Amino acid sequence: MNDNMPVIDVRGLRKSFANVEVLKGIDFQVQRGKTVSVLGSSGSGKSTMLRCINWLEQPDSGSIHITGERIGIRADGKTPMSGRELAHMRARTAMVFQSFNLWPHLTVLENVIEAPVHVQRVARDEAIERARSLLHKVGMSHKIDAYPWTLSGGQKQRVAIARALAMSPEVILFDEPTSALDPELVGEVQSVMRTLAEDGFTMVIVTHEMDFARAISHEVVFIDQGLVVERAEPEKFFTAPDTDRVRQFLGRYR
Amino acid sequence: MQSWLTVWSHADHILLGFANTLLLFLLASFLAFVTACCLVYLLEGYQNLPRRGLRALLDLLRMSPFLIYVYLLYYGLPEAGIRFDAWTAGIVALVSYHACYFAEILRAARAMLPQGQAESAQAHGYTPFGMYRRILLPQMILRSGPLFGNQLICCLKDTAFLSIVTVFELTAAANDVQSIYFIPMPAFITAIALYWIVSLGIETCLRLLGRLAKTRGLSYE
Repeated sequence: MNDNMPVIDVRGLRKSFANVEVLKGIDFQVQRGKTVSVLGSSGSGKSTMLRCINWLEQPDSGSIHITGERIGIRADGKTPMSGRELAHMRARTAMVFQSFNLWPHLTVLENVIEAPVHVQRVARDEAIERARSLLHKVGMSHKIDAYPWTLSGGQKQRVAIARALAMSPEVILFDEPTSALDPELVGEVQSVMRTLAEDGFTMVIVTHEMDFARAISHEVVFIDQGLVVERAEPEKFFTAPDTDRVRQFLGRYR
Repeated sequence: MQSWLTVWSHADHILLGFANTLLLFLLASFLAFVTACCLVYLLEGYQNLPRRGLRALLDLLRMSPFLIYVYLLYYGLPEAGIRFDAWTAGIVALVSYHACYFAEILRAARAMLPQGQAESAQAHGYTPFGMYRRILLPQMILRSGPLFGNQLICCLKDTAFLSIVTVFELTAAANDVQSIYFIPMPAFITAIALYWIVSLGIETCLRLLGRLAKTRGLSYE
């Protein structure tokens, strides 16, 4: 594969909900090994953009390529993909949700091996071995046989991260991963994510945590009213932004 | 006392009827349940015309009285050139009728599942059927325990209707004995006791399901 090819390449993305245009032509690229934070006020469209990347929302127009292959639309450029084709494409990305969305009928270990075994057809023993090491990585080894409802929010989110990693995805999409957590549990999830960034995972993080975004990102993208207003390295973004809109946004958070 | 001994002397007849009742019940409830799981999968997605049609059909069947439905299958269909023997008609009636009820229970459980459950399965690359089978259906079943109990007991009792279309089962056997000797009380009380034993078995199984649900935090107790 071409090293310069972006892992995610979004072009001219548009999406409306009931006549309200939420995305008005978004262009967005993520290079391999980079961590990109997406900032913006509530309702700016940043979560919708993230959900379009793995086709949880279907864009009205524009294109999204994951490692060079278009998602959602077949090669002819107009026929929608079948459920099976879509599933195949979606397995290249993984997503960590604000509300965790662990599968409650499965134990922690079963949650992590579930998709590798039943989607990617990895041998069960192999999947278990890998799941154990991933759960160790996120500090959840001691809860391997627990059911999700017995875990704290921070623990759930760490398991969800292990579950995402188990798919060996090209990129992990984080949709406000710490927004549903008690303030004192935010740190444990953020520190796991920091380790991943250091390990060179490709990540897109939609977040409201400014300090975290500044510390972890290679690039910050600011979305406002459905458009990318500014993209910059975090130092520049937080100290010398180009646009008034970003200055105003940052001012509110200080 | 004499009348009870008379019933006892026909124990083999009654037990044969009971065995048939058990067979009818186990076969019908299992097939109805599996059919319902498939039906609810077919209802997944946008409510397009075929899905609306299917739901209307399920509603229609649920609203028709079981006995009339059995009559239609056994006495009515031959007019259309389709002839079932009594057992086939009985099984088809039980399976299709109770599948509609099971489907309604599962559909309600599906509607109650948080949207995030399906989304996280999709995000992890599940095909629609894989997601249904591995992620959604197990949760729907675990959450529906008490309602299944009700429906299974209804299904058990509906097997008795089949005596009317000449299926030999427990009610028919008890009726045979009582009508020969005119001893309705002992004969029918025996039948009720046997139905009751099966109901206890159903409840025991569902308690196990309830325990599975509870350890997973999925029960409403």
